[in-house]
Amino acid sequence: MEPLLTLSSRTVVLPAANIDTDQIIPARFLTTTTREGLGAHLFADWRYDASGAPRADFVLNQPACAGCRILVAGRNFGCGSSREHAAWALTDFGFRAVIASEIADIFASNALKNGLLPVRVPAATAARLLAQPGALLTLDVASRRLTLEDGAQVGFPLEPFAQHCLMRGVDELGYLLSREAEISAYERARS
Amino acid sequence: MVAPRTLFEKVWRAHEVAPEGEGAPALLYVDLHLIHEVTSPQAFAQLRARALPVRRPRRTFATMDHSTPTLTRQVFGGAPIAIDSAARQVAALESNCAEFGVELLALRHAERGIVHVIGPELGLTQPGRTIVCGDSHTSTHGALGALAFGIGTTEVAHVLATQCLLQRKPRTLAIRIEGALAAGVSAKDLILAIIGQIGVDGGTGHVIEYLGPTVRALEMEERMTVCNMSIEAGARAGMIAPDETTYAYLAGRARAPRGEDFERALETWRALPTDPGARFDREVEVDAAAVEPMITYGTNPGMVVPIGGAVPAHRDDPAFARALEYMGLKPGEPLKGRPVNVVFLGSCTNARLSDLRAAARVLAGRRLARGVTMLVVPGSQQVKRAAEAEGLDRIFTDAGAEWRESGCSMCLGMNGDTVGRGEYAVSTSNRNFEGRQGPGARTLLASPLTAAACAVTGRVSDPREFL
Repeated sequence: MEPLLTLSSRTVVLPAANIDTDQIIPARFLTTTTREGLGAHLFADWRYDASGAPRADFVLNQPACAGCRILVAGRNFGCGSSREHAAWALTDFGFRAVIASEIADIFASNALKNGLLPVRVPAATAARLLAQPGALLTLDVASRRLTLEDGAQVGFPLEPFAQHCLMRGVDELGYLLSREAEISAYERARS
Repeated sequence: MVAPRTLFEKVWRAHEVAPEGEGAPALLYVDLHLIHEVTSPQAFAQLRARALPVRRPRRTFATMDHSTPTLTRQVFGGAPIAIDSAARQVAALESNCAEFGVELLALRHAERGIVHVIGPELGLTQPGRTIVCGDSHTSTHGALGALAFGIGTTEVAHVLATQCLLQRKPRTLAIRIEGALAAGVSAKDLILAIIGQIGVDGGTGHVIEYLGPTVRALEMEERMTVCNMSIEAGARAGMIAPDETTYAYLAGRARAPRGEDFERALETWRALPTDPGARFDREVEVDAAAVEPMITYGTNPGMVVPIGGAVPAHRDDPAFARALEYMGLKPGEPLKGRPVNVVFLGSCTNARLSDLRAAARVLAGRRLARGVTMLVVPGSQQVKRAAEAEGLDRIFTDAGAEWRESGCSMCLGMNGDTVGRGEYAVSTSNRNFEGRQGPGARTLLASPLTAAACAVTGRVSDPREFL
């Protein structure tokens, strides 16, 4: 996992509330056995028409979105299925952060494990960001602060352990393995 | 004196290898890890890359359900699985389980089925256990008083390697349900009404416990339907305290404790229910007597109305407008009488024997309306055989429905079973998201009774007129 310390990018805005993981990556693309290459199918049913041609009116197909790394979405982003493929598709496409007033639990957990920062902001901030597609934002992981285009700053919650992993680019598995003695002791005590 | 504790609190505390601290989440032990073909291959790859074994193969149990075909000739008849990538995924699970020593109920196994159907059916799901699976509907297992929740694939690898997860403790939400369900109103209608009441994010960050006399009166399979859809309210898990209904359900199941072991387990299980006076972070009350047969009209399960109701009036909300456009519906339009193309009776929500019986009650001696396709997909091969022993399969096929092998099937359209673009499907499954049942498919979620009534009339219909 690539470390994430700060991120400055223009935003892509998907204003709908309750964007579920079936929209982010439809189930028919889940028959893969690898993590790679899912970016091509990100938001597939919104991005392409029935013939497979890109829809010109969908935001991710517009030139202004090229290289954008921050997605701003409506409330309750990532609800539904636990498929980590949703996080993989977003990162494979190039996103490193998702901002919404509320982000679904399993999606947020999956995102953090893939270097994708879930940023929960107050409803008023979210409303402002949803109304300003293409705004240039800066996210700072160490201070857990989001800087808006006018310089205003907004804090966001980030669990210290997840913050640590994100900033160092380490995965949790190594840490879990280091707790082996405790796990064994627990198992012995229960048996 | 020990402070009164909730069911969740008791199960959580008993599985803390280490409690959460300021800087680190809790280390939570997993009693049972269920895996399937879709969300495990990348996890096994992670183990292989680090040369790690599965730490506790006997606490790990695999089946295949999501991408498996339901056509008998593809399951048993020697025909290849039609989707190549699905065939490769199935083969990958077989080789991963063989390599890592994990028990697998493979495609032709007599006990194979949807992971959330077979867990309880085999007696693997037990009160007080922690159960995880790379699938959001793992919440189903909470119906037996387990703490069960869905995880992502990276966490699947964590559990395979360490039998533990790093977790922040969720908050608790009590949903107290009073009043008897009326005739023709099922557990599915109850949970749809609850999601309509609290919203699709009403449970986010919480574990729900369903409490109250209505819950006590629910049969085991009805409880599973309720807990199954907890995730559709955003909840981490749904739980129901074990009671005599639970113990009677578990007694004699293949993987449940037996004899003296069962008696010993009973003692532990009886201590699990929430203590009087225990506090929840939030509480909600639900009047079950007021619940009617429910049907969804939009593109999330919270967009739901009583069967005789209408699409709500126009709202100044782009998501609402978009959902109606996708569904081809207008604000204020009644649902009843709308034409239906497809009826799907299946999924981890409603494909157990009692669900098939309910639908058969309506379909017995009747035929599907012209132009309606109906797929009946039992939740497991055991459910299939039990239904056949009662002649339910004949009721369905005589009515003109297709009788399939078990699997997730049309619930998520990744196995060859899909709803066509623009078609209306009344489905007993759990998600009416855009494209969930196939690109452009329009899903109306309902109970097995309602689905059967719609199949007979070819229109959205009130099941109470058929009882």
